[in-house]
Amino acid sequence: MNVVIIGNGIAGISAARQIRKLSDHSITVISGESDHFFSRTALMYLYMGHMEYRHIKPYEDWFWEKNRINLKKAWVSNIDFEKQLLQFENGESMPYDKLLLATGSKPRELPVPGIKAGGVQGLYSLQDLEQMEATTVGVKQAVIIGGGLIGIEMAEMLHSRGVEVTIIIRESHYWGNILPAEEGNLIAKHIAENHVKLVAEDELAEVLQDEEGNVNAIRTKQGSIIECQFLGISVGVVPNIEFLENSTLETNRGIMVNEFLETNVPNVYAAGDCIEHRNAPLGRNAIEQVWYTGRIMGETVAHTIIGTQRSYKPGIWFNSAKFFDIEYQVYGLVPNEISPDLEQFYWEDSKSPRAIRVVWNKETMAFLGIHSFGIRLRHEQCEEWIEKKFTIDKALSRLQKAAFDAEFTKQWISSFLEEFQKANPGFAVQQEAKGLFARIFD
Amino acid sequence: MGKGLKFLGLSMLLAGLALFIALPFSGPFVWDNSYLQSTGLSEAQQESLGERLADFEGKMYFTGFELANEISRTKEILNEELKAAEKWDLVIWSNDIVWQGTKASYQGLAKGNELLFFILCILMPSIGGFIYILPSFKEGTAGIKNNGIFHSDMKNRGWVGILTGTMLILFYIILYWFPQYITPLISLFDPLSEVLNGGPASQWFLYGTLYTLAIIVMGIRMFSKYRHSRYHQIRTASLMFFQTAFAFLIPEILVRLNKPYFDFKNIWPLDYDFFDAWHINMLQEAGGLGIFMLAWGLSLVIIGVPLFTYFYGKRWYCSWVCGCGGLAETLGDPYRQLSDKSLKAWKYERVIVHSVLVFAVLMTGGVLYTYFTGSDRVFWLSTNDVRQTYGFMIGSIFAGVVGTGFYPLMGNRVWCRFGCPLAAYLGLVQRFKSRFRITTNGGQCISCGNCSTYCEMGIDVRWYAQRGQNIVRSSCVGCGVCASVCPRGVLKLENSDEADRFGKPIEIGEKGFRVHV
Repeated sequence: MNVVIIGNGIAGISAARQIRKLSDHSITVISGESDHFFSRTALMYLYMGHMEYRHIKPYEDWFWEKNRINLKKAWVSNIDFEKQLLQFENGESMPYDKLLLATGSKPRELPVPGIKAGGVQGLYSLQDLEQMEATTVGVKQAVIIGGGLIGIEMAEMLHSRGVEVTIIIRESHYWGNILPAEEGNLIAKHIAENHVKLVAEDELAEVLQDEEGNVNAIRTKQGSIIECQFLGISVGVVPNIEFLENSTLETNRGIMVNEFLETNVPNVYAAGDCIEHRNAPLGRNAIEQVWYTGRIMGETVAHTIIGTQRSYKPGIWFNSAKFFDIEYQVYGLVPNEISPDLEQFYWEDSKSPRAIRVVWNKETMAFLGIHSFGIRLRHEQCEEWIEKKFTIDKALSRLQKAAFDAEFTKQWISSFLEEFQKANPGFAVQQEAKGLFARIFD
Repeated sequence: MGKGLKFLGLSMLLAGLALFIALPFSGPFVWDNSYLQSTGLSEAQQESLGERLADFEGKMYFTGFELANEISRTKEILNEELKAAEKWDLVIWSNDIVWQGTKASYQGLAKGNELLFFILCILMPSIGGFIYILPSFKEGTAGIKNNGIFHSDMKNRGWVGILTGTMLILFYIILYWFPQYITPLISLFDPLSEVLNGGPASQWFLYGTLYTLAIIVMGIRMFSKYRHSRYHQIRTASLMFFQTAFAFLIPEILVRLNKPYFDFKNIWPLDYDFFDAWHINMLQEAGGLGIFMLAWGLSLVIIGVPLFTYFYGKRWYCSWVCGCGGLAETLGDPYRQLSDKSLKAWKYERVIVHSVLVFAVLMTGGVLYTYFTGSDRVFWLSTNDVRQTYGFMIGSIFAGVVGTGFYPLMGNRVWCRFGCPLAAYLGLVQRFKSRFRITTNGGQCISCGNCSTYCEMGIDVRWYAQRGQNIVRSSCVGCGVCASVCPRGVLKLENSDEADRFGKPIEIGEKGFRVHV
């Protein structure tokens, strides 16, 4: 059987590797973006000089031939689903028996006058990064629209090269569609400490250009004019399915798939950023563009393709990110606004940017979620407590077990538990301190 | 303010360095036969060499190179004649007379002003380095500071890095084999040497002092760079302490007290001459303390290494105590990203480092065989020749010239990774019988590659992290930098139950990330 995969990102490559592990089928991975699989999330580090391109390739170049995964660098222009044939931009074609679409996403565009000016771009692909390298040479001021994960990355990248950066966000506090206000303000304060300006409750209205058609300022909806020679757009990403529209393939915002990641077209499957679930898994969105969901979908669809059908079950929500020097981890449900059926507790360190918030069910006391800033937590532990519906006090009395910071790190979790205990005297969550001997030889 | 300080510090560093490099080219040098008295030669040897050297007395040499070459040539010719005449007791086997004689003949600017020039050539650049580092304590928010590393000419094998590597290599070659060419520099260390051990300085005292200063100044840089991490601060302080006290001060003070020179934290087979006949004899003749040193050294090899490595992994030594590790983790830290992460490099590493261990064991076995039986040959092989070869190939070229000289070219742990027999021994214990491992955090890895890039031992950490599998590798020195540079909180160095320490890779697909609890 001849399996062809369009897209060599985490979803496509996870599928290819899994199919190879489980079968002897012929596998071809097509990408127009790069010769080899690389970690998209690490693009920022190339710009900042932490790494070079070779470092962000998770597998050495010999790996693909050794595992009999054929790689083809080309852009697909059209797919004939009837004849099961791919058309490439260069005129070549390629037949398939089974086709996996893993085309990823692309930056969402803003319908604003002047948006096509030079020096205006999003950041998603290798080509975007190359463009950013080229257009930010000599740039003194930059504006970023949108404060999500890519927005803060672009700000950090530009800041590392001494560019004066302003981030403009629509919400009243940072990452307001995800984080409660306290956490948003914690990050905002840290952003300010890094000399990056954050403007809340404003939006891009117009991109102003110089004679050469390059951005030289922007006008916001509130009427401010901000000078800049680079404008980063990071208002989210959308499935990259343009070349598939107007075909028999059913699409909405993304390629519509069922729980087995099958599309409406026989022998055609889709996984990763480019899909939209007909029935999203419990507690999950219909479109979820995260590194690990791409990975799980890739491995799941591999089973479906080789005939050992599996449904997509991403498990309990988790994620992580880094905002300049603040690490963030979340396990389970920590909504930006707490509904009446939920109870929550928030702790923040007074001196350093560190915080923890826990959420539980008011009635059942079941531990529902935790997120932390500047404190590392163990995935398997947090997941277990949520999955097994531990009560909040039972979970928290075990919280030290989830500590994942380096040895000798200050006991942040103890500080959190102390405060929690004070605020919730009805619960017993603190545990005895370990003796010196136990600490050295444990 | 910060920029001004950095400029001042860099100026002091470079000015001192320039003076340091210029001084060996300065003169004049005037030879006098009386200088022979303060060398290690017997009276008869002094007399026979003195006769030949009398020709040069009072003659002015503009640089030390010419005089050193004259003394060397004269000594060699004399030796040839003595050998031919079979006057074995007069033959001068050691080369020390060449640098000692040249050093004594120095009449240049630094003569009599040793302390002043020590301050200018040694202290000023050290303090300059410190001042250069100072402003970085206030730069940005505390966190990983790797911006611009791969854009740097110093840290990514650019021209500055290659120049630095070349200078380091040259320095080691001169230090090991041509100390006679840097005698004005050695004499700058006389005042400090007099204070510590009561005698004049040798090139080894110069080396020890510079080595310690480098670890202290670059250790302070580590305090700044990792000011958000107590793990790095504490282990760096430990390395600075063990170098200053155990490797530098205590051995010198022991010499002053007429006791054997002894580094209590050096362990065979890194300390490859521990079982040399002269060393064992020296310790045995030094009374109770000497016997204690012998027992201490032995118990470190037999008990210390396996016990501590069982509890903590090899990091207790390699990135907390060891002198080579101390230099690598401080002076070498800017180059950690240059280690080769390929599978091929790992294959070479395993073959080479374990071969050196076997070589060290066989060499030491031979030396001990000779010590106990008095027979200097095992079959046809001279145990002394093997020992000499080991000292030259491994002790000097691999550990010194390549080990440190290649920092800016192949990363800061070339010696520890490919050459150190003690690291190989510690590694075997760590791999097969230890509670140490690096654990990974479920499904949080995004395969970014920071961990692998900044692993000084060239371990492809990401390979394990993205599988969610524990990292148990014999080469891991437990520096903890992979965990620090991880942007998603995926890695943690841990000592825990031996059971299941390797862990199983996570399974994906059936139910999200099925982590094996």
